[in-house]
Amino acid sequence: MTRAPPRRLTVAGLALLGLFGANVGLAFLLPTAASLAVNLGIGAAMAAVLLVVFMELGGRLTLYWIFAGAGFFWLALLFGLTASDYLTRFTFAPS
Amino acid sequence: MSAGPLQMQYADLAQQRDTAELGIWAFLATEVLFLGGLFAAYSFYRYLHPYGVAEAARHTYIAIGATNSVILLASSFVMSWAALAVQGGAMRLGGRLMMLVAGLGVLFVVLKGVEYAGELSEHLWPGPSFAIATDEPRVGEVFYAMYWLLTGVHALHLMIGVIAVVVIGRRVLRGAFSRDYHVPVRVVSLYWHFVDVVWIFLFVIIYLPGRHL
Repeated sequence: MTRAPPRRLTVAGLALLGLFGANVGLAFLLPTAASLAVNLGIGAAMAAVLLVVFMELGGRLTLYWIFAGAGFFWLALLFGLTASDYLTRFTFAPS
Repeated sequence: MSAGPLQMQYADLAQQRDTAELGIWAFLATEVLFLGGLFAAYSFYRYLHPYGVAEAARHTYIAIGATNSVILLASSFVMSWAALAVQGGAMRLGGRLMMLVAGLGVLFVVLKGVEYAGELSEHLWPGPSFAIATDEPRVGEVFYAMYWLLTGVHALHLMIGVIAVVVIGRRVLRGAFSRDYHVPVRVVSLYWHFVDVVWIFLFVIIYLPGRHL
């Protein structure tokens, strides 16, 4: 074990800083509506780097992915079902 | 009773490690749901009031938020390095790196405190004295209610993480772990990274809206 950090960690750390800088920069450059999708997309990319490299999900057993993905699956249901109300309120106005 | 780090209910250390890791992943899944409810509330409120939320978000202290983001990203990098060091048998290095992680966490909390103090002096705490110079002040008040709740819950998680990192880091420095047995380091590392992931999205939804020049 050397005292220097492993190369893959350094690369991931620099990638995270680069993505973060891009996220802040684009928030100032893009109109608010457009920047939301871009900012969330870059945020998701940063989270993926953290999950795969720092949390070492890359190359793990399927069982780990199922446990890690369970929360996001239920989160998708939470957002999906809530959206089915709020995103359709004006489509189906009370008669 | 158990002999050494292997608990009696496990066949070997590998099974014990896998069980602990799956346990922390299951815990993190429940955390995703807990925080997900708060994120959903914010998201749909923003969907209903995009202009008012963007206006209010412009009042947040983005310089402190961005600095704290860099601090947390750096801390995750150091935490991963620490976990790998312990895994490789470099206990002194791993323990010291974990103390550095805790220090970065404390720095985050201190900066958050500075931010909170500034916002309190600007009357951005929801209630009778709330004041914000926007076209939709009531939307701004709800935004700030969510701001305090989301960032407060995150800061609480971070402070718990700092305590956990210090406790486990001290055990690392005392030689409580080995190449074969270091699962508590792995568990606290996963928790720390999760808190970082949550902050990445908090920063996006709280600090970045309404910044278009």
